[in-house]
Amino acid sequence: MYKKFAPLMALVMAVAACSTAPGTGGSPAASPGTGGSPASSPAASSPAEPAATPTMVIVEGVSTPESIQAEGTLTCGVKFDVVGFGFRNPTNNEIEGFDADICREIAEEMGVEALLIEAVSANRIPFINERRVDLVISTFTINEERRGQIDFSRPYYIAGQSILAKVDNTEINSVEDLNGKNVCSATGSTSETNVREQAPEANLVLFPTYTEAGQALDDGRCDAVSTDDVILFGLIDAYPDTELKGEPFTTEEYGIGMKKDSTELKMFVDDVLVEMDGDGRFAELWNENIGAYTDKEPVLPPES
Amino acid sequence: MSDILSDPLFVRGYVTTIALSAGALLASLVIGTLVASVRVWGGPFLRSLTGVYVEFFRNTPLLVQLLFLAVLLAPSNLGVTRDPLVAALFGLSVYTGAYVTEVVRSGILSVDPRQIEAARTLGLSQAEALRHVVLPQAIRTVIPPLGNLSIALVKNSAIAGGIAATDLLQVARILEARPPFTFDPFIAALFAYWTITIPLALAVSRLERRLAFAR
Repeated sequence: MYKKFAPLMALVMAVAACSTAPGTGGSPAASPGTGGSPASSPAASSPAEPAATPTMVIVEGVSTPESIQAEGTLTCGVKFDVVGFGFRNPTNNEIEGFDADICREIAEEMGVEALLIEAVSANRIPFINERRVDLVISTFTINEERRGQIDFSRPYYIAGQSILAKVDNTEINSVEDLNGKNVCSATGSTSETNVREQAPEANLVLFPTYTEAGQALDDGRCDAVSTDDVILFGLIDAYPDTELKGEPFTTEEYGIGMKKDSTELKMFVDDVLVEMDGDGRFAELWNENIGAYTDKEPVLPPES
Repeated sequence: MSDILSDPLFVRGYVTTIALSAGALLASLVIGTLVASVRVWGGPFLRSLTGVYVEFFRNTPLLVQLLFLAVLLAPSNLGVTRDPLVAALFGLSVYTGAYVTEVVRSGILSVDPRQIEAARTLGLSQAEALRHVVLPQAIRTVIPPLGNLSIALVKNSAIAGGIAATDLLQVARILEARPPFTFDPFIAALFAYWTITIPLALAVSRLERRLAFAR
């Protein structure tokens, strides 16, 4: 038995040695976020060089309005489970919401078809870098870390992270009260980081989607769910015995994500947003989709 | 890579996976041995009951069982636990217990019943016959498949993240979503799983050789 094992072990050791060596020995051009420009990454995977520590797949080139028009389809990654922004209506399978409608408006301005695919929080940046989508319009908070990875349009909505708990829960009234509590959210979201920073003693319970986090709040596994208020509004619809507690404790500017160095596409998208704001389409879609959930003015926020 | 391996969260996930696997292994051995005894020596009703247990847990996906259990055990339902780790431990134990049952049962049945008759003829009691004749032979049959099961258990524990338990894979997911957004946490998790499963495989084959003395 042991003899059978020996060659296998040797193989395992060899693989282990190969794979760890480049990673430990002074990390090469592997991390596009911290290191040089993204253009250096495809070079790192060229066949001539030994495989470096694999990082994200980055497909070369960017989409432009012309390339999208040539293709005839604008592909957008949107959420399918966030009421008001991107939600698949179970009765007719239509994707509804503010994000989905903005994608359709941009497609119409380009004179192409809009194709909506589901982008959950954790796969938004990979989808952009792998060029599986042209745009991500998916309750996508603009922040500096992400700006290092991808480009954003100007902001089109300003959300704030809030806390959702059962109506009869009187212990939770602010973010500090989350310390020592079970707080549910989603993996790969800014919400997780914000709670970790502002309530370090909170016990974070992270689900793949907010739908599962809502279920966990309902059956008592969580004391609270914390994420952007607009997402929580959708959960209140599903669980009427819950309510928002306290004031929003962060500012989340939503932008449209696209691949790094998409200068032309960004200009086009920004122009469409400004145009929609000017001729009333922005306010119309806002009121239609999220008007019931927010008392903010339906105008395009200023460029940050 | 080294910064991931030394991240306290990663270490916590690693320890959690080891503890979860070890706990579930112990519990499933106890469950499996008890149920197998009933399955071999119990009455017809108890025997069919254990059959239902084995087939129910072997024939539904583990993730489905865990998702179901997590909600079932939650405070507003049975009120047993809100901790996803406890739900995962429970689920993995019961699931693996069904497999252990079948392994132990086949181990017991591998010993010719005429050996017990012979032992009784020589003046041993039923318990003594089991202890000195059946058990030593059954253990030898049972060790290799139990070793396989324990390795499978470590790998199955990766499903615990599906109900939000902070195991090794879940920690890799959390770290991947943080800057610098690389794939490295998953590679670290891969090697971390190997550091558990490969020594386990070696230990099993060593045990197997030590028990093979009489063959």
